[in-house]
Amino acid sequence: MTERPLTQNIRADGASTFLADYEANGGYSGLRKAVSSMTPESCLDEVKNSRLRGRGGAGFPTGMKWSFVPMGEKAGPGHKYLIANADEMEPGTFKDRLILEQDPHQLLEGMMLAAFTIQADIAYVFLRGEYVLAAERLMQAIAECYEAGYLGDNILGSGYSLHLHLHRSAGRYICGEETALINALEGKRANPRPKPPFPQVAGLWGRPSIVNNVETLCNITHIITHGADWFQTLGRGEDSGTKLFGASGNVKNPGVWELPMGTPVREILEDHAGGMRDGYQLRGFLPGGGSTDFLVEQHLDLAMDYDVIGKAGSRMGTGTMIVLDDRNCPLGMVRNLSRFFAHESCGFCTPCRDGIPWVVQLLDRFEQGQATEDDIALLEEKAAFIGGIGNTHCALAPGAMEPVNSALKYFREDFERHITAGGCTYNGAAGRH
Amino acid sequence: MSDVIATLSPEEISEIEHEIALIPRRDGAAIDALLIVQKHRGWVSDESLRAIARLLEMSAEELDGIATFYNLIFRKPVGEQVILLCDSVSCWLRGCEQVKARLSERLGIGYGETTADGRYTLLPVPCLGACDRAPVMMVGDELHTHLDETDLSVLSPEGAAS
Ligand SMILES: Cc1cc2nc3c(=O)[nH]c(=O)nc-3n(C[C@H](O)[C@H](O)[C@H](O)COP(=O)(O)O)c2cc1C
Ligand code: SF4
Repeated sequence: MTERPLTQNIRADGASTFLADYEANGGYSGLRKAVSSMTPESCLDEVKNSRLRGRGGAGFPTGMKWSFVPMGEKAGPGHKYLIANADEMEPGTFKDRLILEQDPHQLLEGMMLAAFTIQADIAYVFLRGEYVLAAERLMQAIAECYEAGYLGDNILGSGYSLHLHLHRSAGRYICGEETALINALEGKRANPRPKPPFPQVAGLWGRPSIVNNVETLCNITHIITHGADWFQTLGRGEDSGTKLFGASGNVKNPGVWELPMGTPVREILEDHAGGMRDGYQLRGFLPGGGSTDFLVEQHLDLAMDYDVIGKAGSRMGTGTMIVLDDRNCPLGMVRNLSRFFAHESCGFCTPCRDGIPWVVQLLDRFEQGQATEDDIALLEEKAAFIGGIGNTHCALAPGAMEPVNSALKYFREDFERHITAGGCTYNGAAGRH
Repeated sequence: MSDVIATLSPEEISEIEHEIALIPRRDGAAIDALLIVQKHRGWVSDESLRAIARLLEMSAEELDGIATFYNLIFRKPVGEQVILLCDSVSCWLRGCEQVKARLSERLGIGYGETTADGRYTLLPVPCLGACDRAPVMMVGDELHTHLDETDLSVLSPEGAAS
């Protein structure tokens, strides 16, 4: 059994693993096992016992999430839905792309198993529009599955039926938020919905629905195939399984690697990413995408486990790190992120719609040398309010403020220097400032 | 009424009807329908918008609210190819602002503009999910990685993408 299940079919040449190769490497044995010798209940138990946590950013336990789906008669008449969240628009996140382009069947098998567990009869891949190559390869893989009898009516003679469709998004970061995604699938503006009701009970078209991240669903394939006990042995620390970790920025060897959960940050940044590029020093890093708090050098020996990173004041997020170096301005980086969030706000609530552009304007003042001491306090106040849990309708705004708040904490002297020096003194990677 | 719809081609209508057949409500196909028309015409004109709205049995105003919400639905004409230049954080750390400056200079256009010859429209795009190969952009359906402002040979001298 492999210790790197998620990437076992990833080839050096970047080509995709299609059905014949996927099956030759043990593919669809999990699906065969589930429909022939398991029940939805036993599948759910396996997923619960695996202690798998969602890889989409929030780290919610997958088995628990699924257990809220009404089963049998309780579900009432109509469809149930399983949706793969392949929106991947979190800045600095590039892990799902790898699987979508190079091993689409791994995702499809995971979706089939998840759908079987909650007894969904319709599944969607919600794919960001710019992933053109992934769309082509998914379409081919889906067609292969219908041909082979893995999708459609009466799958492998089991009596279970599942239809799977690809939806290509028209593009907005907020579509990745699961209730906004459901609105987008219904053809509407992608504003998040109030919760409750939770999608597990009333999601797409008002019916029970599960939305999971691509990587989460891929893990299901291996958990059902090899069992929860095996999955638990893969992690190095508290959490089970492996993770697609990544690093971008001015490191020598940016990339994405499948490593055990609990791998120390230092190992990822030094052994896999090769350390900093020559002439660059590490200032800090966002451990899991653009909406996580900065961590700094003192955190390098922390294990990449959900609770360990949480206790250090940040979040695992998507596990793809963005590394800040000493030649790029921390304020500039935060300003770039804040602009992104301001642009991508769905506009539904005022603190997010009006507040994030305000933060951008404040950061502009620092950049242009017009800021005073009072502006640091103002920025702190605004960021705390916009980021306050419960002050906005969804997690976009709190996420947007995580890099701002943590930059104020770790890079305070840079804010001060922008005031005393009358603007930005950095001469970025390519002379940006 | 059917005159309005008839401004759509039979092919467009049949592709849209195919999407409608998969879901419980006609207006649920709004985004797919907009993308289908855009695939055929490059953008969504007011006339197309009204026709799609009729076909989906919804108001043109509501449909426009949906069309303008999404980054990849174009309500103005665009060039033969749309350049989507990533301006998010990992590309920023690797110098996307220099690439932008050089691209703009080379094409003679800023964000949201189309070259005089109608070849290219330049737009910023949120993180393209290729951060290990930053800076990156898409030219039409093609992803171009490791961009360097001193070498924009992906755009051939005549302006055509190679
Ligand atoms: C603004 C915003 C954007 C999000 N974007 C994504 C995304 O692109 N992909 C993703 O899997 N989850 C995204 N999420 C998280 C989803 O809402 C949801 O928690 C996730 O898909 C659940 O999957 P998981 O339990 O497998 O992690 C986003 C959340 C927010 C608030
Ligand atoms: S927090 Fe922002 S993105 Fe989320 S619902 Fe409010 S306005 Fe929309």
